[in-house]
This record gives sequence, structure tokens and C-alpha cells, in this order.
Amino acid sequence: MFKEKVRRTASFAILAILLLGTLIFAGCGTDENSGQADANPNAALSGTINIAGSTSVQPFSEVLAEEFMKLHKDVQINVQGGGSSQGVTAVVSGVADIGAASRELKEEEIAEGVAPIKMAIDGIAIVVHPDNSIGDLSADQVKSIYTGNVTNWKEVGGADATITVVTREESSGTRDAFLDIIMAKEEITSSAIVQNSTGAVRTTVSGDPNAIGYISLASLNEEVKALDIDSVAASVENIKNGSYLLQRPFHYITTDKTSDLAQAFIDFTLSDEGQRIVEEEGAFSVN
Amino acid sequence: MGAPAGDRWLHKRQVNEVRNISISTTSNNIDFAGSTSKADSTARKVTREAVIEKLLMISAGISILSIILITVFIFARGIPLVTQVGLSNFLFNLTWNPANKIYGIGAMFIGSLGVTLVALSWAVPLGLAAALFIAEIAPSAVGSLLSRFVELLAGIPSVVYGFFGLIVVVPFIRETFGGNGLSVLAGGIILGIMVIPTIINISRDSIMAVPMDYKVNSLALGATHYQTIFHVIMPAARSGIITAIVLGMGRAIGETMAVVMVTGNAVIVPGSILEPVRTMTSNIVLEMGYASGDHQAALFATGMVLFVFIVILNLLVNMVIKGAKKDGLS
Amino acid sequence: MGLADVKEKALTGLFWLSALMIVGVLVLIIGYIIVNGISAIDLKFILEPPSRAGKEGGISTTIVGTLYLTVVSLLLSVPVGVASAVYLEEYANPNSRFAYLVNLTAETMAGIPSIIFGLFGFVFFVIFLNMGWSVISGSLTLAIMILPTIMRTSQEAIKAVAPELRENSLALGASKWQTVQRIVLPSAVPGITTGIILSIGRAIGETAALILTAGSSLGMPINLSDPARSMAVHLYVLAMEGISMERAFGTACLLIVLIVILNFLANWSMRRLSRAAG
Repeated sequence: MFKEKVRRTASFAILAILLLGTLIFAGCGTDENSGQADANPNAALSGTINIAGSTSVQPFSEVLAEEFMKLHKDVQINVQGGGSSQGVTAVVSGVADIGAASRELKEEEIAEGVAPIKMAIDGIAIVVHPDNSIGDLSADQVKSIYTGNVTNWKEVGGADATITVVTREESSGTRDAFLDIIMAKEEITSSAIVQNSTGAVRTTVSGDPNAIGYISLASLNEEVKALDIDSVAASVENIKNGSYLLQRPFHYITTDKTSDLAQAFIDFTLSDEGQRIVEEEGAFSVN
Repeated sequence: MGAPAGDRWLHKRQVNEVRNISISTTSNNIDFAGSTSKADSTARKVTREAVIEKLLMISAGISILSIILITVFIFARGIPLVTQVGLSNFLFNLTWNPANKIYGIGAMFIGSLGVTLVALSWAVPLGLAAALFIAEIAPSAVGSLLSRFVELLAGIPSVVYGFFGLIVVVPFIRETFGGNGLSVLAGGIILGIMVIPTIINISRDSIMAVPMDYKVNSLALGATHYQTIFHVIMPAARSGIITAIVLGMGRAIGETMAVVMVTGNAVIVPGSILEPVRTMTSNIVLEMGYASGDHQAALFATGMVLFVFIVILNLLVNMVIKGAKKDGLS
Repeated sequence: MGLADVKEKALTGLFWLSALMIVGVLVLIIGYIIVNGISAIDLKFILEPPSRAGKEGGISTTIVGTLYLTVVSLLLSVPVGVASAVYLEEYANPNSRFAYLVNLTAETMAGIPSIIFGLFGFVFFVIFLNMGWSVISGSLTLAIMILPTIMRTSQEAIKAVAPELRENSLALGASKWQTVQRIVLPSAVPGITTGIILSIGRAIGETAALILTAGSSLGMPINLSDPARSMAVHLYVLAMEGISMERAFGTACLLIVLIVILNFLANWSMRRLSRAAG
């Protein structure tokens, strides 16, 4: 209560000072964009939705938002990156209406009053440069490479070259899932190159013939090659039938304060149409 | 981006200070002027003037307010964590492992210094040479043209430098020297280019401020042009040159986007300049997105250390300038 | 004698070489980006909004975002910066503690890395004042960042106004504020303009602070409370995420062109300044 008051007073004080400053030099005219209301009497929904969180979920949210805004012309959806944890923080503090997380929520996060809604399932692909002769590694070999016990490709049957290990930054959703499934609580070698997005890992691996990395299966493209793990290919069927182990959920996060509008967007995401978009973009439907 | 124009200004300020004092005192002494017969309107005018002066003063206070707010808000988030893990542990521990609540920025501190040293090792000689070239050697048209190019170099956004580094410098290093290319060397090359304008601008101004007599006397004593440059002009301009190097260092340590794009960001003490490295600034921008709780506080604490470091560098510059004034040199 | 001569010649050669190297680096960077980026730029690239996370479409919303952030931050910081400069140069006793403090803070602020401003903007504007990732949070942060530049260049410009002009005005019975308003500021306009142009350059290129304060939404920012992605942030995301190198080059190219134009303008206004100062 008191904090709120201090905050408001501080805002006003700053605004007042700024206004005073502007008044002294009233010569400079203001030219700000004025809102453009595209009146559409048929659309029942209007307003703004802010989505923030995981960079892995971001591309899905962006495409879903684009489609949703086509259906409802008066709705504006802003999609931010930030990361899974920031997604949770943003929803709790009200900065965002919907959070996005590419991992299971932690207990202390759920204790803050947020609820996860599973909106897609994503695979994690272990990727190497397309020129790399290796096409299959066991989960143990991947683990040895990431712990730093194996440092040369020839130790796992490849060419004689030092392995460049590429990983994600601390507490990224993709990294968390990778740690859980492959590393079994062991540490990733500290000499690994760290990139802070799925795309950056892919770019690094595609530029270095000796690199290995892990990325969201949805963002796999021809620049890199996905390895089979224990002779199981990272494919749609194998993920759906559960034989490919490297998978994790995508969540939208809400609180009890979530607006009807935001709920409408989530409903859209979970609808057949929304789930079709999810699959089109490379993840798997939750249905 | 730093503020190269600001850097130059800092240096010019001392040159102008003497003039400034004389102007301000004259204008301060005359403050009354309209002793009109209508006392009433004069009184109103005086109040109006007083109000305006107060408003202007408040505006000037905003920068003080800003820096207080910046300090308070960053320290408020950073200090609890530093006290929790202990200052020396935070600064010197080489392990950064937020998942297990180990927060040590030692490797990144070394990383920041390492990348900066590589950058300065080539940017300082090249920048100084160019400054001397502009001030003493080049025909004035060539000199001013080069100055304009340097301004342009200063204006290029850091993310464009980073992009260039990622697309051109990193692959070049990978193909020429081996390794992944994302390395201390890549950071040093890109940062070097970025600090050159700072070094050139400030040292050029101080070289140009060396009194003509020094030069004339030296030449009259039979010294050659270059003997004069190396034995008379450069020593006379040394405080400006030191300022240039220190501010260049500050700019290099504080640079973020370009570095995060080309250094690979591994939290290790690099064994060679071809290995990846993480700087303090990169640490903040990399992990801010996913950090929460203590982890986020640790990133603020990293910012705090950076902040203190930069403020110390600035104070050093101030001392150098003051010391130079005492010697009667600019 | 001959040896000394050769030495001098060699030194001169080295100095020319260092100058050429710097020009070479500049030409290499600008040339490389323009050559690779110019083909991506057409009317559609500038006028269309990005779609599919920037993979397709143009960059119109990020251009608007950049302009919006720049204009608002200037509206906030130019009045404050110029007023501060007027106070320091015309009113304050230069030996006073207050004037010393203001000058010292301005110097210090100019050296603070942008990531620190970003951290501050994030905790203060975005979270504490609950403004969210928005144009206003980003602009306020930028405004604080460019305040020192505006102050300093304005101070320089005001200092350069001849004292006789002020004395004449005051002697004719004008009040101090009238003198400032009608004599000092108009003569200082070219210098202040230079400062503003330099600040625009800084605002356009800023990335680290904006990622943390203005957000990275690709939507079209309309209100001050909308999030915005600037061109520089867009370039960072495109390049690091490997979304579209072609569009990254296009964005970089457009940024470079803007900076070159601004640089040209700054030079032009500085020349006017030195002419005015005689």
C-alpha cells in the first residue's frame, strides 16, 4: 500500500519536473503518432495483449498472434522475448498478460500463483555442421562431450579435430531440459561457448565444422544437421511415440488476474486452428 | 556507444575553464539593469527572474538526481547478494554457476581486462600515430578530412560493429588461426576499432594545445621535426594522451553488444587469445532474460562492479587533468 | 645526414600508413555492409511490417520504433539539457559546490556504459514505476543517456557567445533572462543543434539499454505505453538468431546510411558554428 503510494508520488514528481522543463522551452512542437482506430463493429474483442518469455516459444507466439489479429482487427498483441523466468516474473508483476516458458515451472514459481497451460511439445535436436561425418551418437557420448571428457571427434568415431561445444546460457529452458534428460545433474564444461538463443547456437554451429550444439527442433533448418540419438532420429513420429527422449513442453503462463481477452487468445491457441499453426511451425500438438 | 564528443569536451573544458570564469563573473555582477520608475513592475520582473533561475537550477539538478537514482537502484539490488557471498569471493571466485548458487565473476573480470588489453595494444599506437599525423604532419586539408572519417567511425552503432565482427572477423580468425573464431582476439579487434576515435580525438586536441613556443624553440635549437614531436610535443601533451588511453579503456570495458556477439561467452580464464571469453557486460546481457531471484541480483552486482570500475577510471582522469594543471601544462 | 634523412622519410611513411589504415578500416566496414545490404533495401523493405519474426516482410515497425524512441527522448532531454547548460554558464557561480557537482556528474554519466543505464531503466522505469517494456521506459532511459552530450555541447555553444553581446543587452536594460532568451540562446543554436544531431546518432545506434527497457516486440508502437523494437535491436536479433541474414544486412545498411547522413549534418552545423563564432 505504502509502496504503491511512494511509487505514484515518484512518478508524478518526475513527470512534473519533465513537464516544467518542456514548458520552459515551449518552442519545440510535439509530434507524436496519434492512435489509429480501425473501427470494426463486427469484432467483439478489442484491446492489447502482452506476451513475454521464452525465446523458443516466441516464434510460435508471433505467428499465432498474427493469425489472431487477422481474426480480430481491434486486438493488438505484443510478443516479447526475455526468457522463461522473465516470462513468469512479467506475469506475476502484471507487465505481461501471458508468460511463455519452454520448461516445467519450478515449485517456487507455482507458489507465486501462476498456472502453466501446455500449448505445444517441442523436441530438442543435437546438431552438428552438415559436413560432419558423424550421424549418430549415443546419449552417453553426447554427455561425455558436454562434460568435457571427450574433446576430439575421433574419440566418437569422427575426424581428428577438437570439438567446439556450444551451449545455452544459464537457466534457459532449452538448457534446463537438456541438463535433465542428457546430463543427469552433471555440469557442462566451462570452456563451452555460450550463446543466448536457439538461433545463435544454430548460427555458431553452422559456421564451425567442428561444433556441436542443441536447439529447439522447431528451429532446425538445412544450415545444420540433427544427429540420431541412440539410433533414434529426431522426427515427428519418434517424438509422438516417445522413443526420442529429448522433448519438453511449451507453456503459456497465466494468473487468476488474466483478462478475458488473454484467455480468448489462449483458447485460440488450443483450438484445432491454433494447434495446426503450432505443427506448421515445427512443434507438436498437445492434443 | 560511448560519447566521443563528450570525451573531447571533457578535455576541452580545462582549456576553456579560465575563459569561462571570466565570462561568468562578468555576467554575475550585472543583475539589475532595469531600475524603472514603476517599482511594482520591477518587483514582478524580479520575481519572474527568480522563478526562472530556480527552474533552470532544478533542470541542472536532474543530472545529479539521475546519477543518485542509478546508483541507489543498482546498488540496492547488488549489495545484498555481494554481502551474502562475500565481496572477495564475488570478485575473485572463478566459478560462475547460478544453478548451484555459486556466483564468482573473477573469470569475467579477467575476461574484460583481457579483451580490453588486446584492443588497446594495437589501438593506442595506431590512434596516437593518427593523432600526431593529423596535428603535426598532414597537410591541413588531409588532417581535417581524416578527422571527419574518425567522427564517422565513432558514430557507427556498436551492434553494427558486432555484426561485422560476426560475419567477417570471426570466420577470418577461424580459417586463419584455427579454433572456433569466437575469441578474445575477435573481441580485441572489434573493440580496438571502436576505441580508436576516442584515442585520436582526445590526444589530437591535447597535442594541438601544446604552445607554439615549445615547437619553435625546439626547432630553433636545431632539433628535427620528429625529434621535436617525440621529445617536446608528446611529453608536453602527455596528460592528454594518458586521458585518451584511460577513457579508451573505459569505453572498451563498458562495451556490450559488439563483444557479446564475437567472444563466445564461455566462463573461463582464456589460455590464449584464440579461446572464448566472457566479459562482465556480456554476462549481464546474456543472462538477464532468464535470471530471477539471486541470479538476477548477481547480474546487478556485476553491473555494480562495472559501474564502480568506470567511476574510478573517471576519477583517475580528473586527477591526471588536475595534476597537469598544477604543472602548468594542458 | 643521409641516414637521418632516410629515417625521417620512413617515419613520415609510417604516419601516412597509420592514417591510411584507419581510413581503410572505415571504408572496409561501411563498404562491406552497404555492398551486401543495399540489394535488400527497397520500398517494400522500408514500408512493410515484418512478419514471421522478421523472416519475411520489411522493417517498417522498427523504423517507426527507432524514430519514436529518438523523438521522445529528445523532447525529454533537450529542454533539460539546454536549461542545465544555461544555468551553469549564465547563472551559477562556477566555483559553487552545486555547479561542480553538476559538471562532475555529467562527466561521470558520459562514461557510464549503456548496459548500466539499461539495468537502471529496467529496475526503475519498467518495474518500479510499472511502466513496462515501453516506448516511454526506453525513451526516459535514452534521455538520461544523452543528457550529458546535450549539456556539454550546449555549454560549449553558450560559452562561445561573445561576452560583449551579453553586456550590450544588459546595458540596454534587458533582464538576465531576456538576454539569455533573445541574445545568448539564438547565437548558441548551431552548437546546440550539433549536440542534438550527435545525440540522435547515439539514440539510433543504442541497443543494450533498449533491449532491457523498450522490449523487443515487433508490433507497431502507437502509444507511449506500447513496447517497441528499434532497428539496432532488430539487427541484433536477426543476426544472432540467424533469422534472415539478408534482412540483417539490409537493416545494418539502413543504419549506416542514417549515421552517415547525420554525420554530414553535424559537420555542416559545426561549420556554421565556427563561422558564427568567427
